[in-house]
Amino acid sequence: MSGNVVRSAAPHSGSTAYINARLVDPAANREYDGALLISDGKIADFGPNLFASGAPFGIHSIDCRGLYLAPGLVDTRVHTGEPGEEHKETLDSAAVAAAAGGITSMVLLPDNEPPFDDASLIEFVARRARQIRLTNMYAYGALTVGLEGKELAEMGLMAEAGAVAFTDADHAVASAQVMRRALYYAKAFDALIVHLPQEPSLSGGHMSNGEVATRLGLAGNPPLAEVMMVERDVRLLEMSGGRLHLAKISTAESVQAISTAKSRGLKITCDTAPPYFALNDLAVGDYRTFGKLVPPLRAEKDRLAIVEGLKDGTIDIICSDHRPQDQDSKRVPFAQAEPGGIGLETLLPVSLELVHNKQLGLPQLFHRLSTAPAQLFGLPGGKLAKGAPADLVVFDVQHAWKIDRADFWSKTKNSPFDERPVQGRVMATIVGGRTIYRDDAFAKEAATA
Amino acid sequence: MTRKRTGLPRLPHLLGIEGLSPETISGLLDLSENYIDQNRSLDKRRDLLAGRTVINLFFENSTRTRTSFEVAAKRLGADVINMDVATSSVRKGETLLDTAMTLNAMRPDAIVVRHHESGAVNLLSQKVNCTVINAGDGQHEHPTQALLDALTIRRRRGRLQGLLVAICGDIMHSRVARSNIHLLQIMGARVRVVGPPTLMPTDIERMGVEVHYGMKSGLKDVDIVMMLRLQTERMQGSFVPSISEYFRFFGLDHEKLKLAKPDALIMHPGPMNRGVEIDSEVADDLDRSVIHEQVEMGVAVRMACLEALIGGRRNAIGAVA
Repeated sequence: MSGNVVRSAAPHSGSTAYINARLVDPAANREYDGALLISDGKIADFGPNLFASGAPFGIHSIDCRGLYLAPGLVDTRVHTGEPGEEHKETLDSAAVAAAAGGITSMVLLPDNEPPFDDASLIEFVARRARQIRLTNMYAYGALTVGLEGKELAEMGLMAEAGAVAFTDADHAVASAQVMRRALYYAKAFDALIVHLPQEPSLSGGHMSNGEVATRLGLAGNPPLAEVMMVERDVRLLEMSGGRLHLAKISTAESVQAISTAKSRGLKITCDTAPPYFALNDLAVGDYRTFGKLVPPLRAEKDRLAIVEGLKDGTIDIICSDHRPQDQDSKRVPFAQAEPGGIGLETLLPVSLELVHNKQLGLPQLFHRLSTAPAQLFGLPGGKLAKGAPADLVVFDVQHAWKIDRADFWSKTKNSPFDERPVQGRVMATIVGGRTIYRDDAFAKEAATA
Repeated sequence: MTRKRTGLPRLPHLLGIEGLSPETISGLLDLSENYIDQNRSLDKRRDLLAGRTVINLFFENSTRTRTSFEVAAKRLGADVINMDVATSSVRKGETLLDTAMTLNAMRPDAIVVRHHESGAVNLLSQKVNCTVINAGDGQHEHPTQALLDALTIRRRRGRLQGLLVAICGDIMHSRVARSNIHLLQIMGARVRVVGPPTLMPTDIERMGVEVHYGMKSGLKDVDIVMMLRLQTERMQGSFVPSISEYFRFFGLDHEKLKLAKPDALIMHPGPMNRGVEIDSEVADDLDRSVIHEQVEMGVAVRMACLEALIGGRRNAIGAVA
């Protein structure tokens, strides 16, 4: 089974109707049978009664035959190798993989070579996005110069150039004073700071502390390293009154600490990535370096707490945390392997497990995958609304298949989910009304409509 | 010479603006006015302080403030000694209080002190029995700067009452900002502080000011724009990312100045960092910038302070009728 990425120079114009669809409306927390009309790249109308009396005459219409139609995924944590390590992933190959994964907008992490700590690099990403014209691409600006956690980067100038938030990617800011000043400074621009809470002095190991690490003889990172930093950041946020988003929450204690902070009314949000609700440290198994991630895979009790956090809304966002690594980075002894896994093409199918397991409803899931990230990062899309950009995904929620790294569009194949059986598949991805990806199965359907 | 008693409280020292009454401030400003013409005439010298000794004790480098105090005291006929702290026994490990008591034993009438630590001038004043004038202590107060700013504004606008003043830049580390906040509010002006949140001291709004993190909202409709100096060591990533970013968002240029009232005055305590907190064109705009006038008022204000503090027989403040 395969699909096609559709490159076209022309923007969407005229009208296209998607009929016989099962619409997912995360903002209204509803799903229902209906239709959706796109005009000139924007959602013109949608609802259960639209075209209820039959396919509209004279409008190009696509029969979804009961497939789901939802706002496209907004992925706020994507690393590519461009610039610096283009052999691992280019912006183009990442955009293709994102299109195949139902992702209509993605935010690129700044930890490239050179790092995005200067307005010209933010402009570079915007320029490449205009050339590639698939998934929408946005960029983070670095929080500190060179991601070194010492000097504040030019947040104001980068924000003017289009940076949507500021982060040092997978580098935690060790100095509380620097973090404090960053939170204060960002207030001048109402900028969002995204921070990976991992106390660096406790994070020198290669997997999570615990029985598995002990048996494997690998140095471990205690889960404590995360909650300590969460609690520090919460205190700093309380003092500064800025906007803070904590990335890749992976432990039970962190979820608890963030939940408490939220109940105290702080402007704090957080995300997690599929490995942390779908895998535990057993996935490291026989020294599988594809399971080496930052933060490391945790114990089963932590995984269950992440699922609970997603259910009760403590965790706002699910991102792919896409981080390509080539063979040279992964086919080495575990301790020497580079951390990270790709995730653009597995984000939706693995996340759908939460729905199949009855842990989240589909609208709730899409709130975490699309609506909440778009809102928090101030991006268009992420919702079914008249006048909103027609950034959509068509998917088959039942379709069962097995993830096979040979089928990835990404340049590298380092997925922790390789060979995992999943249920749910992207059938088409639509950006600004334009179909940028179409599965072969859906292509046939659409052609016969 | 008959000196009219104004019923002002005896001021043995001038340590700060905080706590002064509007009458005292007005009295000092009125007194200063007398000296402006004197300073502009050929014969600038009076002998009001003849026989009095003023020591300028500067623990922190300063050219303009020290010179201004020196000129002021000399024009009133006082003997002025500049203590060069770099070569004094302070460098040999003498404590502040030992230095103070040593100088006190030489029977000066006033010591003008600048020190890099907040509160140091106050501490020194407790150990001497002459008048102490604060010429700037750490990040606390710089009262004569606030008085000269007030005199400049009052002469241009005719009043302080009801004016809207924006103090912009590094509020956190500025004694000038703190003294001005006190003085302007005592005199009935409204004060905004404008700057990046990293340079805004905690709970500054409790001092009665409006806090703005952007020049757009901060400068809107103000009568006076008071810029502060940004120290070089604070520009490189610690408090603000860079000079270019600071200038872009917090530097005063004609574009941002458009938001203020059309006749808004531009002030700066000096020395200026052109292209950091202020654009050269704005700083040199003869219609708007009163930066050089501030320096001139500085001498007059310091003469008035010296007269008020040590000019009378009993070292009491008083205003000339």
